[in-house]
Amino acid sequence: MTEHTLYDKLWNTHLVKENNDGSSLLYIDRHVLHEVTSPQAFEGLRLAGRLPWRLDTNIATPDHNISTDKAERDGGIAAMVDEVSRIQVQTLDDNCDLYGIKEFKINEMGQGIVHVMGPELGVTMPGMTVVCGDSHTATHGALACLAHGIGTSEVEHVLATQCLVTKKMKNMRVSVNGTLGAGVTPKDVVLAIIGKIGTAGGNEHAIEFAGSVFREMSIEGRMTVCNMAIEAGARVGMVAVDDKTINYCRGRQFVPQGEMFDQAVSYWKTLVSDANAVFDIEVELAAESIAPQVTWGTSPEMVAAVTSFVPTLDEQPSEEKRKGLERALEYMGLESGQAIESIAVDRVFIGSCTNSRIEDMRAAALIAKGRQVAGSVKQVLVVPGSQMVKAQAEAEGLDRIFIDAGMDWREPGCSMCLAMNADKLGSGEHCASTSNRNFEGRQGSGGRTHLMSPAMAAAAAIAGHITDVRTFIGVN
Amino acid sequence: MKAFTEHRGLVGPMDRANVDTDMIIPKQFLKSIKRSGFGPNLFDELRYLDEGQPGKDCSNRPVNHNFPLNQDRYKGASVLLARKNFGCGSSREHAPWALEDYGFNVVIAPSYADIFYNNCFKNGLLPVVLTEEQVDILFNELAAQEGYQLSIDLPSQTVTTDSGQIFSFELDEFRKECLLNGLDEIGLTLQDADRIKHYEAERAAQHPWVFGVIK
Repeated sequence: MTEHTLYDKLWNTHLVKENNDGSSLLYIDRHVLHEVTSPQAFEGLRLAGRLPWRLDTNIATPDHNISTDKAERDGGIAAMVDEVSRIQVQTLDDNCDLYGIKEFKINEMGQGIVHVMGPELGVTMPGMTVVCGDSHTATHGALACLAHGIGTSEVEHVLATQCLVTKKMKNMRVSVNGTLGAGVTPKDVVLAIIGKIGTAGGNEHAIEFAGSVFREMSIEGRMTVCNMAIEAGARVGMVAVDDKTINYCRGRQFVPQGEMFDQAVSYWKTLVSDANAVFDIEVELAAESIAPQVTWGTSPEMVAAVTSFVPTLDEQPSEEKRKGLERALEYMGLESGQAIESIAVDRVFIGSCTNSRIEDMRAAALIAKGRQVAGSVKQVLVVPGSQMVKAQAEAEGLDRIFIDAGMDWREPGCSMCLAMNADKLGSGEHCASTSNRNFEGRQGSGGRTHLMSPAMAAAAAIAGHITDVRTFIGVN
Repeated sequence: MKAFTEHRGLVGPMDRANVDTDMIIPKQFLKSIKRSGFGPNLFDELRYLDEGQPGKDCSNRPVNHNFPLNQDRYKGASVLLARKNFGCGSSREHAPWALEDYGFNVVIAPSYADIFYNNCFKNGLLPVVLTEEQVDILFNELAAQEGYQLSIDLPSQTVTTDSGQIFSFELDEFRKECLLNGLDEIGLTLQDADRIKHYEAERAAQHPWVFGVIK
């Protein structure tokens, strides 16, 4: 019998038709919509006189450009100061109302960043195909879903047909075995993986994250890892089902109960790669080799251990690499060979679909507790990923810890990850950020992003510069 | 969808690897609910010296003359010559919309990020993959010769220089067909509506929890 990878199994289960031209029709179980990449798709439906194929598959919420400021947010859509954003959020509401699509509206319990909200409500469950007009859709792969981002034309295609015309990807397995050191988190693991395989290392591949480190990791942690598969070039990141997956799903709003849950579980348990399944690429990392990671440049692959140094121009193997490094250092305002810990930060952002779940809030709060933000730091934004995360964090008193430390506790949304709302960096400002992209201008025109874990970002806020969080927790 | 068969046009350079879609079209322009009008803000942060905003008239903005596409010799370029992993990052289809709206019909690079590559075909924009060596040759010729043009032919899958060099490129048959014929992909898929319904019925029997829960 042929041995299949997890990706092969998910692909085969959703295959509607193979065309003779090499493309396939793949069935989509869940389609998540937000305000930014959906309006043109709905418009396309209208112009063609088409209706959504199925309603009970779509779920929508605004997240990208809504305000995280409580005063503005309390007024709902009508109070949105940015008129262009207001029209876009209103358009999502109008489209969902018109077509009868389930939406968690701007201040409704359930609203949140699409990739936080989907799993926590049980909208996404193991074994599903999940798409969204957002490249971080791979997040849902933490539940052994085949999940990936699509463009707006495909949003329209899925709305109209419940299918995608697509081509099978290749299989890649990234195994991390061993035991992570204290203070080393899922974010550090995925940044180390990107550092090893590069920002295009996973192009045309679906990555399965395997090995003891992911087995030990919480589902929230697996989401952080799968979320950044795209930063390694892979549209899809996945972790196989185990007891943690099943326990995570149990009891969530849209997950079945009783007999149907048991039926689902017996299927979910098959969602693992067969023992002898063959991968096109295998990558291995030792857990013990991973220290807390920080990006110093303008691509997620420009990453180093917090205890190390910015690379030097002399050590570059080619002229192309040297030019790339020179450009990155100039943009980032850094010196060749500079110690990572010597980089001062102006602002700190704790949030985004990568790191805004309850565990991330707890990890940051653990460092912030009883400490004060450095006087040189202008702003520390702590932005929970969803209304549910916010409520849970407040029930645990985490909001008080952040506020007492001098941080801002905000309303749920994408916020400074991509700076489509008022939360942004000024030109030249350095930011310790738990988000996923350190591209030029990503967090604000001229802004300088350093990606790291929530604990590391909280430590940077306290110290006023990038620092090794392990010294805060009695390691080293 | 817009069809593409062949194109001959002036070449413009984007000489850096890993150009991300944030760079192609910055986030503030994603607030639009339209598909058009992104051209003036293509590569906004590289093209202009000030910060662009939606609705701001670009004709009066200070221009970065060091950015190649702003130079007279590249005005009217319709073929973008780029480096590896072009279009990485965000899935925003606004990136191909901006390239197309600016006037590009073809991008040539050694490799592309997957989502961007896919999005191009939905908008009549042809992303051509050549080898790094071939792209190097084209960059060198482009630097040496003002008014440098290339001819791209989709049916024969070739890029031809004026000196007569011919470079072949690969692409998937289904993408080629859709682009050549400007096919309505949704209309095509809907021809399989019965098959999709049949799949759903079978799947609902097997995995009932997937259906009917979101309302």
